[in-house]
Amino acid sequence: MVDVLVCVKRVVDSSSEVVLTEDAQSVDGRFAGFTMSAHEECAVELTVQLTADAGTARVMTLGDADAVEQLRHALAVGCSDATHVVADANAFGPADVAREIAAVVHDHDTQLVLLGNDAADSGDFQVGIRLAYELGWPVVNGASTVSVADGTVTASGTGPDGHETYRVPLPAVVTVLEGGIEPRYPTVPGRMKAKRVPIEERQPTTEPTGPSRVRLLRPPPAPSVVQVLGEGADAAPAVVDVLEQLGVLSR
Amino acid sequence: MILVLVETSLEGEATEVSLEALTLARSLSTAGSDRPVDAVVVGQPPDELLATLGSYGVRRVHALTGEAFTSYAAAAWASGLLSVRHGAGSDTVMAAGTPRGNEVMAHVAARAGVAMAANVLRVEGLTPFVVTRQVVGGAALEEMRLADRLAVLTVAGHAVEPTPAADPGSAELVVETPEIADADLVARVVSTEAPEPDLSGDLTSARVVVGAGRGAGSADGFADLLELTDLLGASLGVSRVVTSLGWRPHHEQVGQTGSRISPDLYVPCGISGAIQHWAGCSSAKAILAINTDAEAPMVTRATYAVIGDLHEVVPAINAEIRRRRG
Repeated sequence: MVDVLVCVKRVVDSSSEVVLTEDAQSVDGRFAGFTMSAHEECAVELTVQLTADAGTARVMTLGDADAVEQLRHALAVGCSDATHVVADANAFGPADVAREIAAVVHDHDTQLVLLGNDAADSGDFQVGIRLAYELGWPVVNGASTVSVADGTVTASGTGPDGHETYRVPLPAVVTVLEGGIEPRYPTVPGRMKAKRVPIEERQPTTEPTGPSRVRLLRPPPAPSVVQVLGEGADAAPAVVDVLEQLGVLSR
Repeated sequence: MILVLVETSLEGEATEVSLEALTLARSLSTAGSDRPVDAVVVGQPPDELLATLGSYGVRRVHALTGEAFTSYAAAAWASGLLSVRHGAGSDTVMAAGTPRGNEVMAHVAARAGVAMAANVLRVEGLTPFVVTRQVVGGAALEEMRLADRLAVLTVAGHAVEPTPAADPGSAELVVETPEIADADLVARVVSTEAPEPDLSGDLTSARVVVGAGRGAGSADGFADLLELTDLLGASLGVSRVVTSLGWRPHHEQVGQTGSRISPDLYVPCGISGAIQHWAGCSSAKAILAINTDAEAPMVTRATYAVIGDLHEVVPAINAEIRRRRG
């Protein structure tokens, strides 16, 4: 039996065009859809599987009122409890977020914390590691599979030299990388049940020191100079001409 | 002094992205700051590596050795780096924006209690230290200030062209065996299995990458694509939908949550070009898109395009290549 806390974040769905606010401090939510990061979807799935037989699967987020949507999603796919730290996530830097997660960990006797390897919006790769230092726990980063037995966490993922395995004692922090597991979709009964689950609301424990952001920018548009070589199979000779010009047919 | 963590291949060569990080570090050194660049490597470096690092303007190579460094433990690497940094008086520590680089730098920043900037594209200024980095999968950029006593950053892959120094020198080797606390070795690699040989190769350093997306149609729809990959001596890279559908393994995925590639030529076949995929392939020097939709983002952003079904176009290309090769 293991009590797991999985941390998710409401992030902009970057498959649509990203529009910035006038003060260039954040993405303008009026023009965006929102989701949770792909890595976090896998972390939620791992949490549900790890606690399927025993233990609790608590999901938490730090964000504004709309972030409840991501908590309900996690509840709908099998998490049992939820905590919402109600705050403007834009005001929190990685160290601030790690501190708030640590406070939730302390209040819920959590033994294992799963997070996404990095958030799809800030992409800073730090929260899980900073959390581990806050708690004084070991941390495994970038795992795609996680199992727990006899007080030991076995986590594995792809490293530069192959498939790497770690074994660390509980309590521990693991950040999850997409790829080792397929997240499930919520069922209609799952969604209905998730609506009824009470969500613990809490305030941040301290004033955030904030991110180190000066401003956000849009990247310059890539110049479009596409040369259409033709349509269908008839284009093959022109394609191979280009391959020869580029020097990639040397074999 | 600027301290750069240099990652090496199994053959002991500096990785290309580490050479990119060294190039950025040297540009800071020569941008009026007059700070030498030192490198940190794990293990005893071969002479060839020392020569390479010298050619990139590295003054001194600090080699971390000892039992603590025989298998990877991010906290131990960070502890070793901070030990070197303390002795050498570095005010900037950086690495390539690889999984290792980002992980170790995050440990360094957390231990030092300072901010960290991941995936930096360029440095805007040194006083104050302001960087621009990729966020939202490359759909936006962030200017970020590193105002602490120690600047910690990673360099986004292929943000910088790796360039040897104009006045290369010979790097001095300093072997160091820092004391590592037991707590920093709790999370260490206990076993490594060599990857199965496959056509994805080393996507991040491949000269040519053939890409496949939903247009492949099924797991069985890759035969012609794999033949093209073989004919071009290329690596195979796929979109997220392909791995999500289980058609190909995740390690072949290109994109925001997969590999970031910068080949001389990328041939995306049946890939629409969602921004998450574009984040992983936008550094390609040329793109030859094959797609049924002339308005697909991948087509409109490509250098060359063929409008058509990959299952008709790719076999024809394969046949033409075979014909010309006799």
